[in-house]
Amino acid sequence: MYRETEIIHAGSIASLDTGSGGYMVINIGPQHPATHGVLHLVITLDGETIKKVEPHLGYIHRSIEKMCESLSYRQFIYVTSRMDYLSAHMNNHGCALCVEKAMQIEVPHRAKVIRVLMDELTRLASHQLWWGAMAMDVGALTPFFLAFREREMINDIMEETCGARLTMNYMVPGGVMYDIHPNFQRRTKEFIAHFKSKIDEYDELVTNNVIFQNRTKNVGYISKEDAISYGMSGPSARGSGVSCDIRKYYPYEVYDQVQFEEIIETGGDSFARYLVRMKEMRQSLSIVEQLIDNIPEGDFQAKTKAVLKPPKGEFYSRVETARGDFGVYIVSEGGTTPYRIKFRSPGFSNLSALDHMARGAKIGDLVAMMGTLDLVIPDIDR
Amino acid sequence: MDVRPPIAPQEPFPGKVIPSPTGGVLVTAIDDVINWARSNSLWPLVFGTSCCAIEMMSTASAKYDWSRFGFEVARATPRQADVIIIAGTIVNKMAPVLKRLYDQMADPKYVVAMGACATSGGPFFYNTYSVVKGADHVIPVDVYIAGCPPRPEALLHALITLQEKIKKGLTREQIKMPKPE
Amino acid sequence: MLTEELIIKLNTLQPGLVAEEGAQWTTVNIEPADWPALAPRLKNDEELFFDYLFCLTCVDWKTHLTMVYHLESTRHRHIMVIKSRLDRNIPDIRTVSDIWRTAEFHEREVFELFGVNFLEHPDLRLLILPDGWEGKFPLRKDFEDPVNMIKL
Repeated sequence: MYRETEIIHAGSIASLDTGSGGYMVINIGPQHPATHGVLHLVITLDGETIKKVEPHLGYIHRSIEKMCESLSYRQFIYVTSRMDYLSAHMNNHGCALCVEKAMQIEVPHRAKVIRVLMDELTRLASHQLWWGAMAMDVGALTPFFLAFREREMINDIMEETCGARLTMNYMVPGGVMYDIHPNFQRRTKEFIAHFKSKIDEYDELVTNNVIFQNRTKNVGYISKEDAISYGMSGPSARGSGVSCDIRKYYPYEVYDQVQFEEIIETGGDSFARYLVRMKEMRQSLSIVEQLIDNIPEGDFQAKTKAVLKPPKGEFYSRVETARGDFGVYIVSEGGTTPYRIKFRSPGFSNLSALDHMARGAKIGDLVAMMGTLDLVIPDIDR
Repeated sequence: MDVRPPIAPQEPFPGKVIPSPTGGVLVTAIDDVINWARSNSLWPLVFGTSCCAIEMMSTASAKYDWSRFGFEVARATPRQADVIIIAGTIVNKMAPVLKRLYDQMADPKYVVAMGACATSGGPFFYNTYSVVKGADHVIPVDVYIAGCPPRPEALLHALITLQEKIKKGLTREQIKMPKPE
Repeated sequence: MLTEELIIKLNTLQPGLVAEEGAQWTTVNIEPADWPALAPRLKNDEELFFDYLFCLTCVDWKTHLTMVYHLESTRHRHIMVIKSRLDRNIPDIRTVSDIWRTAEFHEREVFELFGVNFLEHPDLRLLILPDGWEGKFPLRKDFEDPVNMIKL
């Protein structure tokens, strides 16, 4: 599965002394083999060294923010699971939190624990797919199938409880939509036992592989100040030493009652970002283990009115998705539909740092960099 | 279990074998053999724009393997692909790219529209200014799949339906061919 | 730092600021003309040190436009929201992409969706919309598109 390239300026090869200064301009994308989505990069090359990378976005711009201005406060949540579809639960969670903040709804404790469990399982599934896709981009084809094998187990657990494999519409303002299935705890415990041995296998296969390390070490370096200035967040920023986990600094739901560590690496290169995500998988597994036996009894949804009408004002809520800091900003005028919704997507800011990281690298390094940034393009274009 | 009657004869190879003392003679029509060969080795072009692409990747991997049915190599370049599976929403900016990819594919080519977004615009039908309401505004489609996203089994069902359509001779590609004089 | 301390400190840099009532975080309204002087000081001052701009957006109230900036400090962990009211016919404000590099992309997006002109931006052109959509600002409230939009 290799990238599609297409030379757009046939004239610029002939005119090497004038025009763009002797450099060749090449397109990568927008049609990719389905790993990252539709991203169009226009790169300016001097031989094989990159001089400038310019992303052209908008090939999956579905005008979600305009559409949400005509949907009610319960209806707009389904659209966000299509934005960053690999962490669909966490996006829905952010929207539900914002509406609850606006209407001051109190969520029962059982619903909070179920929400956190679903979030962490989704984070595991997203990181598994990232691992498989990144290894495939770099050239190893086997990890793709291994990653999907484990991901299918999580998908089956989700399907039994939430009804869908990928775009689960499970979080509602006030709690979760249905109670968990009776098999949920048993199947999750089987999955935990199975995955603990597999994650060591992942490390043995890819992390300690000398070819992979040569491809990702010292590639795509970004310093801590630059990472903050470019607005990076999530595992991509934590690989450069920025401590920014929303679950630690602004805890929501039951994150202040579970034990987990925030993983920070100071390398700043692609290998550091890779290690952050591998270690985060282990932390997510330990959070699931701590909570799976202690789901309290109670309601799974608070009683709310049928039609939600938040008071006039502005509300912002932040959650930590698998890619970073996802923000939902609702401006409400007291009606049944929001006046303005803005989704702050983590991929948008992470992508803006790609140009800075890629100056002076080769095209093969660009592939490794994009793999570690873990971009999902519908999240960027909204 | 498929409740509708099969649209193609269920024999493994089209034709009749007439036994003869030194072996056998196979009597068939060339068109049937060509259709049988084409349908059993369609190579898809992966064109995944959004969430349905993940379900397509699930279909390609080990649990719901699609290479059992002949879709062995998923090609990244349209010049070597036979069927394009449009997995995801098509927006106004992407429509010329899709058209160009379709034009670059060599005949015979087939199109599968996967998911609600490619069929009719899906959840993004009302109040959006940038979504093409259905991929068949851009290129002609043979098989539509419903779902948001459709399960991998639904995608396999659609691919098998496409195979049966080819064997029967009913795709848009085959109907267009001129009849022999 | 708490809201009162932040407001006192801000008033030393820019007099006459008051916090909005009932907002989630410390919110101040400024004039667009004051923004170029205030923004670098917000980043460089040791007690404020707002180095992380995490959201930049615009809201279209039908009589005017309002720019909203959400800032956070990674050192002191306080959050501030800056709002600035722009005239609908001449929506000009100076860019902050030389102070916070993330603003480059965010301001291009606000430019193409709302029509706000960012002065001294290095590269202000369309980012997400296709070619040919200059001049149509889709997220404004008076945007009409009978061809593409099907109203429910």
